[in-house]
Amino acid sequence: MRREVPLIITAVVGIVFVIQYFIPHYPFNQLNSWFSDWFSIIGACAIWLGALNLIKISADKIYRKRAGWGYAVVIILSFLVITLIGLFEGESFRDFGTKFDWMYRFVYTPLASTMFALLAFFVASASYRAFRARNLEATLLLLAAFFVMIGRVPVGDAIAMKLSIPEVIYPSGVAVWIMNVINAAGQRAILIGIALGIVSTSVRVILGIERSYLGGD
Amino acid sequence: MKKEFLVYIGILILAIILYFFVTEPVTFSPTVSLIIIGLIGLALVLIFVRTIMGKLVGRRTVFSFVAISVVVPFFMTVEQPIQTSPEVQSLYQAVLDLKPGSKVLVSFDYDPPSAPELQPMAETFFSLCLERDLRIIIMGLWPQGPQQAEMALQKVMDEPAIASKNYRYGIDYVNLGFQVGNEFVIQRMGDDISSMFQTDYYGTPYDSLPLMRNITNFSNIDFSFNLSAGYPGTVEWVQVAVDRYGVDLGAGNTAVQAPQMYPYLRAGQLKGLLGGLNGAAEFEKAAGRIGKGTKFMVSQSFSHVIVIAFIIIGNAAFFLGERRRKEEVVE
Amino acid sequence: MNNRNGIFIFLVLIVLMGPGGIVQGQVQDVSNDDATVVDSVSAIPPNVTPVMVRNLTVRDNPNDQGGAIRLNWHLSVDDYDGGKVTAYRILRSIGADGEFEEVGDVPAGNDQFTDNNAEDGTDYYYRVAAINSLKQDGQVLWTVASDSDPVGPVSSSAQWFDFQRVNMFIGVIFVCAAILYFIRQAKSGKELFIRKIAGLDSVDEAVGRATEMGKKIFFIPGINDMDNVQTIAGVTILGRVAQLAAEYETWIEVPVCKSLVMITAKEVVKEAYAKAGRPDAFNENQVHYLTDDQFGYAAAIDGMIVREKPATIFYMGAFFAESLIMAETGNASGAIQIAGTAMPSQLPFFVAACDYTLIGEELFAASAYLSREPKLLGSLKGQDVSKGVILVAIIIGVILESFNIFQLSNWFSVIE
Repeated sequence: MRREVPLIITAVVGIVFVIQYFIPHYPFNQLNSWFSDWFSIIGACAIWLGALNLIKISADKIYRKRAGWGYAVVIILSFLVITLIGLFEGESFRDFGTKFDWMYRFVYTPLASTMFALLAFFVASASYRAFRARNLEATLLLLAAFFVMIGRVPVGDAIAMKLSIPEVIYPSGVAVWIMNVINAAGQRAILIGIALGIVSTSVRVILGIERSYLGGD
Repeated sequence: MKKEFLVYIGILILAIILYFFVTEPVTFSPTVSLIIIGLIGLALVLIFVRTIMGKLVGRRTVFSFVAISVVVPFFMTVEQPIQTSPEVQSLYQAVLDLKPGSKVLVSFDYDPPSAPELQPMAETFFSLCLERDLRIIIMGLWPQGPQQAEMALQKVMDEPAIASKNYRYGIDYVNLGFQVGNEFVIQRMGDDISSMFQTDYYGTPYDSLPLMRNITNFSNIDFSFNLSAGYPGTVEWVQVAVDRYGVDLGAGNTAVQAPQMYPYLRAGQLKGLLGGLNGAAEFEKAAGRIGKGTKFMVSQSFSHVIVIAFIIIGNAAFFLGERRRKEEVVE
Repeated sequence: MNNRNGIFIFLVLIVLMGPGGIVQGQVQDVSNDDATVVDSVSAIPPNVTPVMVRNLTVRDNPNDQGGAIRLNWHLSVDDYDGGKVTAYRILRSIGADGEFEEVGDVPAGNDQFTDNNAEDGTDYYYRVAAINSLKQDGQVLWTVASDSDPVGPVSSSAQWFDFQRVNMFIGVIFVCAAILYFIRQAKSGKELFIRKIAGLDSVDEAVGRATEMGKKIFFIPGINDMDNVQTIAGVTILGRVAQLAAEYETWIEVPVCKSLVMITAKEVVKEAYAKAGRPDAFNENQVHYLTDDQFGYAAAIDGMIVREKPATIFYMGAFFAESLIMAETGNASGAIQIAGTAMPSQLPFFVAACDYTLIGEELFAASAYLSREPKLLGSLKGQDVSKGVILVAIIIGVILESFNIFQLSNWFSVIE
């Protein structure tokens, strides 16, 4: 029964969700939102499991003085500080001017932005390593990357103007053509394949053919 | 770990020094800006020559040049012409085609890390809508979205041309706030918006907002604009709002996500698309407004040129390495 | 002043003030014979009343859950740029002679409106008023309107099938039928060919490398929750990789972004160890939660990669902007990296930074590929047949559209 009950629930819910897409009549039109509400409730309850797991592992690391235990101290301290501040500030903890809002705007936001900004460096190093004209396909990739990069910034057209290049092959025009024709075609092909892959995986999960996610066969 | 903490303390001390001693904004004159550009160009040429001579450049050099190319242009005085691409122009035209009094739904589906790219788009869009007397309904599928909307709206409302129109909250614009549920929120809005947003961002009941009184679902909305940095975002809006409910949708996306939207743009499911900071700058140009998008494009131009330069240097290193390997094989 | 002069002056004042009072006060019934309503706080200029709309039609909104009535009309002849129409007001009543109340308004240029507040089974009558108004500094100075004749009765109802989606319905039936047919074929023993997928063939090699080097394997199942099919696909692959790691006695660590994924992954890894005959080698701490925040997760993974220097890293699931941050850090640390995602925007980053990448549907095919189970392989075949049909439809559609024949492509869009 440990495996049969989840499989039955998966099959019933999966088939109902497919059917409700085509039936606008009550109660089918409400099923989507009812189930999404339940998922949100379950997800909200489950978050405590994750938080407790994180604290347990960090505390264990500190206790056994494993490598990097100082960072575990930072994790636990940050967790406690932000939780306690939010709790003590009550319902309006997110309002402008509260300590929670201060931590959000001056601690969390710069940290998140910094991590996102690292992408600039990693894109440069990945491009430096990956864009090598090893063969014909790699050379075409390199040329496409060159035109898109130089065409998507104003300096590309400014250089083309200085070099008296005909306007029809200005980098911005070539970049737009690459994005609208070549890129769009590739994206469409990948999207169609992905959509069919999702349908196939979903059918397997709904019919109970794919059971690995339950924990083995 | 001790070394790492020493580095953190060093950076903290440097930040404190800069905070207290650099009190005025630093701007380089055009001459100094050109000299700096020349020096960077010379440095790149030197690296290229060293690469040809067999002394390859390391990852840290690449990172240093990227950092310089992003940071230094903030202090430089450089102007560059911006051309508006067709997808940006079509979004601009779609807004121009709306009659005064039309209701525009703006969905803020991003958080602060994506704000440098998307916030300029939001500000320009609000400015355009308010100049044309359009009614704005704000919402968000990301928790920080409505907050970003408030910041953009506040900035635009302070502009003299907009401030003189005396727009009133609840009558001319409304912020419905954030709602959890991802694409299910969009789906339920297609039937009944008030079922998802019983109150607005400030707790006012939906029915008490004059602007929302006669708005039940998407059929009462004239145009939608989505600012997206991931999931849920433009893809979900196209799949649910456009395909199921026939919404007219424009989108602003981060540069990473924008290529994925071109199939929808080509199929007519999107009325227009702004891609990344470049899209923001082009939209500002179309709307006749100079904002952060235009100002930050100098940094973007520089960093693109630097990356292209290193790609050329990398290929030079690759071909020279191949030639040396072939020579060794022949020997 | 005598009485006769006073009466004369009084009469003159009445004559002068009378018309002014009519113009500036509340006035009913200005220009045409149809009922018009006027509000004004200042003088209404002459010839501003617009002509009413024509051919108003009302019907139950089709293919919906009920409660909606659709109105269509022909625009007023005064509806043009600079014309007399600024908006249309929609009025509704329960009886043809009953009191009409406003249910909505649309700007000029619009010729349709959907009333979403109707009660199923109740008969309604509608009118559309062409409105002309003048606004200054946010205040409405005057408004004039021309109402159409009432049209009705009409009532709303819910439908049991959305005929706008009949093409999708046929498509779903076809794809599912193809998948089920080939699953049945595979079960009957028929040999099914599947092409090589380099990334999946190298899983053994990658796990073996970690064993030889005595280092860890990291498995990162993406940052979406268990409601995403990519996460399910990633967790499925985790089961196979964990079983291999258990057989080779290599430590596999699974840092996750969502609590529900942590619970599922723990069960999957535990079962994998049991299947490999090493249930006591499983450690609860192998699968652990980091944070829900996207960049906090990326920072934590980066830190773990830099400090612990794993030999092998798997990225299997849904990723966003953090993908390159993690993949480049892994590349710099010297780990062998195998990635798989169905996020088209992240594929280029993984291709550039990883040794092997499963592109899109290859991620969903991984479970079938690694297990070689006939039922799973059959579903891949059904998926491929569906793709073949779509490919043929695209080719035929492109040829037809080149000759201005649009029927086939119209059939693939939402039917109005």
